[in-house]
Amino acid sequence: MEHRITLRVDGTERAVTVDSRTTLLDALRERLGVTSPKKGCDHGQCGACTVLLEGRRQLSCLTFAVAHDGDQVVTAEGLGEVRGDGGLHPVQQAFIEQDGFQCGYCTPGQVCSAVGMLDEAEAGHPSHVTRDLAPPGAPDSPAPLDDGEIRERMSGNLCRCGAYVNIVAALRETATASRGAS
Amino acid sequence: MIPFEYRRAADAQEAVATVAARPDAVFLGGGTNLVDHMKLGVAAPHMLVDVSRLPLTEVEETPGGGLRVGAAVRNSDLAAHPLVRQRYPALARALLSGASGQLRNTATTGGNLLQRTRCRYFQDVTTPCNKREPGSGCAAIGGWDRHHAVLGASEHCIAVHPSDMAVGLLALDATVHVLGADGARSLPLADLHRLPGDSPERDTVLAHGELITAVELPPASAMTRWSTYRKVRERASYAFALVSVAAALDVDDDSGVVRDARVALGGVAHKPWRAGRAEDVLRGAPATEESFRLAAGAELAAAEVRDGNAYKVPLARNTIVAVLRDLTEARR
Ligand SMILES: Cc1cc2nc3c(=O)[nH]c(=O)nc-3n(C[C@H](O)[C@H](O)[C@H](O)COP(=O)(O)OP(=O)(O)OC[C@H]3O[C@@H](n4cnc5c(N)ncnc54)[C@H](O)[C@@H]3O)c2cc1C
Ligand code: SF4
Ligand code: FES
Ligand code: FES
Repeated sequence: MEHRITLRVDGTERAVTVDSRTTLLDALRERLGVTSPKKGCDHGQCGACTVLLEGRRQLSCLTFAVAHDGDQVVTAEGLGEVRGDGGLHPVQQAFIEQDGFQCGYCTPGQVCSAVGMLDEAEAGHPSHVTRDLAPPGAPDSPAPLDDGEIRERMSGNLCRCGAYVNIVAALRETATASRGAS
Repeated sequence: MIPFEYRRAADAQEAVATVAARPDAVFLGGGTNLVDHMKLGVAAPHMLVDVSRLPLTEVEETPGGGLRVGAAVRNSDLAAHPLVRQRYPALARALLSGASGQLRNTATTGGNLLQRTRCRYFQDVTTPCNKREPGSGCAAIGGWDRHHAVLGASEHCIAVHPSDMAVGLLALDATVHVLGADGARSLPLADLHRLPGDSPERDTVLAHGELITAVELPPASAMTRWSTYRKVRERASYAFALVSVAAALDVDDDSGVVRDARVALGGVAHKPWRAGRAEDVLRGAPATEESFRLAAGAELAAAEVRDGNAYKVPLARNTIVAVLRDLTEARR
């Protein structure tokens, strides 16, 4: 069954007709030519298709495009656009500086996931490895981000090349820089 | 995938009326389980009624001091909610141990409860499976059974329920609110999921077209504030439980005697497993490692193992003991 939907992709309004069976990932890649989200497993197991959907990191392979009529999608290629300057997002810059990739296939998903993850930590969301779930003081004060926290929070993104060590380094750098600045 | 019609429900009543009227229609939550099953051919609905945008997104304190969680609340939002973190840590920890950051941002409370087993034969339409195709047989019996049940299984199905959240909720005595074509009803979460018996195709007691609208937790107590959840898996993160334990203890500080206890297990049965026998042994016993071992042993006495899953019995026993010991030490 065909549906006419509108998505706001990387800051631009895009109208497209999709079959109800089309996943958001396939709509982006095959119908709209936005190929930075990657298809790794197509079953929610690898994180390569991660995008920022309505501002939160989510997988685009386990959801139908038709369910997102009117929604905002930001992919790795639009991170700079959406920030307004068209340049690289600090997470992207840190991946380059710290060599956070080898083949690069998982990288757009890693980058989108990292941007969402840093926002979650900033909002005070705990993780599986957070010792104190309810620290005294405001529950929305930023969560600590040591290497163990970064690894746990990024565990939904697999890297077949095993660039994990440098990905953690890149995110440690971004987290430290943004918290130092604020 | 067969073609299907997609509808966004305007309200809960309309969603229920639409699905109840059509045997080939189903509710769509975050889709993280259902869409996967549609790709695999495990599910083939002709209509999806999207309930993820219904106004069931609130987490609110009830007049009686409990907590009501709308069925469309996302797993990540529930885990991060200040009241959940302060009053029901077993629930927050269970949620945080499940899936990944991305999936938790999408998965809903209702969908999480009704996610289906990860039995690999269930997900592989080329193999016999009584849950997927009643009467076709069970490929896991005599097959690859490493992840399968040690409690409450039947000769028709030995699958386990995969949800972490449900185990946390079960230990906290949650209630499930449901809307059906004939009106609303509530049931204890303990009664929602079924054992397989001779109809493993039915995971729960819900009828077709019944919508979960909310989950409710009773008022928090000193005990629930000290509750916790521990999950044992094959890798440190982003994997389903081999065994998991949600527990809470109320110990008299002067006498060191257990006044009350809650223990629930994941990864061991077709449903989240309330360890009532263990709780009975604990109540009135000294809060010592020896009591914890007796309690765990009492619960697992009924276990039946297969070639690949015998490890789950000592694993569950040791995890129960470790969790109870940690809870006792944390209180000191
Ligand atoms: C790679 C991967 C790893 C995972 N790891 C874990 C893990 O470690 N622990 C864990 O617990 N889970 C894990 N999950 C499962 C995940 O938690 C579930 O897929 C998710 O919770 C389902 O929620 P949903 O809203 O996406 O449900 P959906 O997929 O939308 O729906 C699931 C089922 O519930 C029905 N449904 C949805 N909402 C309602 C409602 N309100 N009333 C009645 N019926 C409804 C649907 O019809 C469908 O049958 C994992 C999933 C993936 C893909
Ligand atoms: S254990 Fe249950 S789900 Fe798995 S193959 Fe057997 S019948 Fe199917
Ligand atoms: S392609 Fe979506 S998680 Fe692998
Ligand atoms: S860089 Fe190759 S998969 Fe991650």
